[in-house]
Amino acid sequence: MAALNPGEALSVTGLRKSYDGNEVVAGIDFKVSPGTCFGLLGPNGAGKTTTLRCCLGLTTPDAGRITLRGYAIPEQAEAARERVGVVPQFDNIDPDFTVAENLMVYGRYFGIKAATIRARIPGLLEFAGLGGKEKARIQTLSGGMKRRLTLARALVNEPDIIFLDEPTTGLDPQARHLIWERLKQLTARGKTLILTTHFMDEAERLCDRLAVLDHGRLVTEGAPRELIAAHIEPQVVEVFGDDAAAWARSRNTLGERLEIAGDTAFFYCRDTTPLLTALAEEPTLRYMHRAASLEDVFIKLTGRELRD
Amino acid sequence: MGKHRIFALPRPGLRWLPVWQRNFLVWRKLAIPSVLGNLADPLIYMLGLGYGLGGLLPQVSGISYVSFLAAGTIVSSTMNAATFEALYSAFSRMHVQKTWEAILNTPLSLDHVLTGELVWAASKSLLSGLAILVVVAALGLTTSLLALWVIPVIFLTGLAFAAMGLIVCALAPSYDFFMYYFTLFITPMLLVSGVFFPADQFDQLPAAVQAIAAGLPLAHAVLLARPLLLGEVPANASVHVAALLTIAILAFIAATVLTRRRLLK
Repeated sequence: MAALNPGEALSVTGLRKSYDGNEVVAGIDFKVSPGTCFGLLGPNGAGKTTTLRCCLGLTTPDAGRITLRGYAIPEQAEAARERVGVVPQFDNIDPDFTVAENLMVYGRYFGIKAATIRARIPGLLEFAGLGGKEKARIQTLSGGMKRRLTLARALVNEPDIIFLDEPTTGLDPQARHLIWERLKQLTARGKTLILTTHFMDEAERLCDRLAVLDHGRLVTEGAPRELIAAHIEPQVVEVFGDDAAAWARSRNTLGERLEIAGDTAFFYCRDTTPLLTALAEEPTLRYMHRAASLEDVFIKLTGRELRD
Repeated sequence: MGKHRIFALPRPGLRWLPVWQRNFLVWRKLAIPSVLGNLADPLIYMLGLGYGLGGLLPQVSGISYVSFLAAGTIVSSTMNAATFEALYSAFSRMHVQKTWEAILNTPLSLDHVLTGELVWAASKSLLSGLAILVVVAALGLTTSLLALWVIPVIFLTGLAFAAMGLIVCALAPSYDFFMYYFTLFITPMLLVSGVFFPADQFDQLPAAVQAIAAGLPLAHAVLLARPLLLGEVPANASVHVAALLTIAILAFIAATVLTRRRLLK
């Protein structure tokens, strides 16, 4: 099958998908260049997983055009997936097999010869920090190890593009840092990563570009630093304490923008000097002064209310 | 998935083989208890009823009761093996372990997965039926070379029941659902298909009920296997083969459409 559009790793135009009259993806467009890490951010239920499923050809969109590795999706999805790796949101490693058997069996689904897979296994396990675990049973692995095995499994066909659906959800900080480090190595090797996450530090660290998705629509798209510069004041002062909200309301001119959530007041400022001077005279209030982050952009764009 | 893709005919292709291999590899780890389990239960029934109950009976359809029971035991044991694999084991892989979901992220399609599961369940049932056939031959209950034709009959029976089982698997919300299939379909079929006694024992039933009973897949399988064990060419063999093949194909198409609706929404 011919590659249609070899310039982009993934291109999505006008994508729409409804379930029972409820529009989960409501017309989104984005492109991912080869060798970059693209992040799809959004609260729970924003449409991230549905978008990924459409991109992999696992469900047919109601409208829109998708090309993955130049192949039209869903029509040519099977050919496109030959060189695609997937780390799903929930581990689905085969519990009936050992670590090495999992990689062997999975590699065969791609039609790779057993000898080729066998030769790749030690390198994959080394990369995933699972060296020497070939014969380990899945039940004996920790959550972080299973996640790393899922990553190794996604690489068994030497993919050009790797989809990662919330790759570090549920992991402890050590395990998350290890996964991040490995993902950076993959982009350094020229792989294209497409990841969904709701951890803003993860997106900020890993992604060259990212898009914020909410209620099935793209709210914004750009490089992490650009988004922070475009959407938010550079400095944030969080003020806590029983009287913080009332105190902040009476002094709302000390920052460009003020948000109050419970007992915490968030001042978004260009110059924090007047605010910090005022706070120095209030011994009962505690505060934290920090640089604005992607999380502030995310909250500003998607709101503070809880999502189901 | 769009409607035209949900309802398209299955495209089995050849890529289903790794799915079959995956199941075979798991089975190999537990092969000995699996074979013993599949063999012991039907044999106990066949020998217990065949010689125990058979001792009280005159000849049944002109042969000893244990010889009569041999063919029924082979095909019912095939049916059970294929049904259990397509219900409980396939459901575990689809719904509990999400093995199919992992496979769908590779170049394989759901049609490949289902074809692999179909052929696997039929293969496993072939082993079950074959094991009984070997014991039947060892006991001298069959002596004709025609009995070797029972082997393709077993595989075809396995395909038909595996395909029907995959329909139930596609519809099941949980393991409990399978009880309906056994209670409402498998068990009554076992009693009216001529496994334990000749199906014409029910000739006082309304003609419509008899017609349904005669169309059941297990009845066709019995009518093929029993004469072959006795060294006779089955009457209307092509009709029974065609019936089993049609059931297998139609059931597999239905199972494919239903599973696509479940997983590729």
